Amino acid sequence: MKTTQILIAGFGGQGILFAGKFLAYKGLLEELQVSWLPSYGPEMRGGTANCNVILSDDPVGSPIITDPDVLIVMNLPSLQKYVDSVVSGGQIYVDSTLISEKVTREDVEVFYIPATQMANDAGVPTLANMVMMGHVLKNNPELTFDGTEATVSKLVPPIKAQLVELNMKALQAGRDYQG
Amino acid sequence: MAEKTERVLMKGNEAIAEAAIRAGCRHYFGYPITPQTEIAAYMAKKMPKTGGVFLQAESEIASINMVYGAAAAGMRVMTSSSSPGISLKSEGLSYIAGSDVPAFVVNVQRGGPGLGGIQPSQSDYFQATKGGGHGDYRMIVLAPASVQEMASLTVKGFNLADKYLMTTMILADGTIGQMMEPITFEDVQVEAYDKPWALTGTKGQRKHNIVNSLYLKSDELERKNFERYARYKVVEENEVLYEEYGMEDAEICVVAFGIAARVAKNAVAAARKEGVKAGLIRPITLWPFPKKVLRQAADQVKAFVSVELNMGQMIEDVRLATECRKPVSLCNRAGGMIPSPGQVLDSIREAQKGVC
Repeated sequence: MKTTQILIAGFGGQGILFAGKFLAYKGLLEELQVSWLPSYGPEMRGGTANCNVILSDDPVGSPIITDPDVLIVMNLPSLQKYVDSVVSGGQIYVDSTLISEKVTREDVEVFYIPATQMANDAGVPTLANMVMMGHVLKNNPELTFDGTEATVSKLVPPIKAQLVELNMKALQAGRDYQG
Repeated sequence: MAEKTERVLMKGNEAIAEAAIRAGCRHYFGYPITPQTEIAAYMAKKMPKTGGVFLQAESEIASINMVYGAAAAGMRVMTSSSSPGISLKSEGLSYIAGSDVPAFVVNVQRGGPGLGGIQPSQSDYFQATKGGGHGDYRMIVLAPASVQEMASLTVKGFNLADKYLMTTMILADGTIGQMMEPITFEDVQVEAYDKPWALTGTKGQRKHNIVNSLYLKSDELERKNFERYARYKVVEENEVLYEEYGMEDAEICVVAFGIAARVAKNAVAAARKEGVKAGLIRPITLWPFPKKVLRQAADQVKAFVSVELNMGQMIEDVRLATECRKPVSLCNRAGGMIPSPGQVLDSIREAQKGVC
């Protein structure tokens, strides 16, 4: 692995920052250098939230991502805002339950996942973010699904241990989705 | 495999709080303000478990005066805030300086002036390094550029404050405060200093101590000022910290601190890829400013670029340190915006063109 710059964006409340934390912890457990930078402005309160995660073999320079290798979007404004910033040859993951628009760029790989619908169907309606993550881990060549449960266990406080299982359910659903 | 020190993922603000507790700080007084509130939140949770005091004061002014009181009693004490809050604390900082007691203060900067915004900024450089409060005084100003440094410079900050009887300020910004990176706490070295001047109660055993900043006799006040500045001189001689990157053969020297230095480092690497010999000097102590290394760099490089999240503040110190012997240009964003590596790279290219 070299350096992978991942930008996750959506509405406040969709678990955008949590999804980013998940990736950052996963990198940490894989002995990578990582940085996690959240948006913390007024947009957090119901507007757009985004999160910059960098995973690298080398020390991370600027934690601010301007040209992501991977873009994960969970609402239309975020797709419109960031679609052109993705590097050529990069990947875009779209929650197609919430975004009906298609990406017109042809120099990027695009994955449409009905994550919100799938999370509802799986009985974990608040975990569409983790459905997205499951699909990212499966399809990004720099990432792997191995060690996912250990990562989730690290993120969930012991008092809420039952959430590990639910998160894994969402992650597995995303991994198994054949788009 | 040998056992490794565990890396934990923490926000910069949390790293400051944890490091402060490990450095022996048992008194935190503060008032919430974005983007540093995690420091107070962490302290509220952890400080009582160490037997220490967490207190949310009724205002910034109250909290800095509580710091003054605890410092006078010889305690390791801190407060934290963000730009507008630091303005409110500035009167207290002047009194603390005038009383020669050690304090530790954190400013996680946001855009200004006035109430400004809540996004990252470096526009309190002047305030931190040139005063803020009234009177002749200095603070040791440390500028972390990573979450790890938020922790290590906090420990160092407490040590320096006790050593020189000064306020040490961490001058961070919203990005470094909010971001998470893996850190370890293996390098925590707490230095203990005797505090015979502290107000600990005479218990009938000694003459009482006085901590005070009021000296109505001019000659006495002048003497205090000269004594203080003799101490500051020792700090300037011994405590300068900076990082150099790619400076061995550099023709263009970028100067940047904190988050701006992280962006600048990317730009310097990119410039080198296209054949421009760029380098970076990152001041870690903003006061004392790394004058000597910049003066030496002025003999070597063709031009300097100061990268800042403000309208151009540190650039004045760069010009002073280099005695204006080489051109110094500014690459900046303000109001909570951050320059992209591309913008810095453009400035490096222009500096290169200007001197070719």
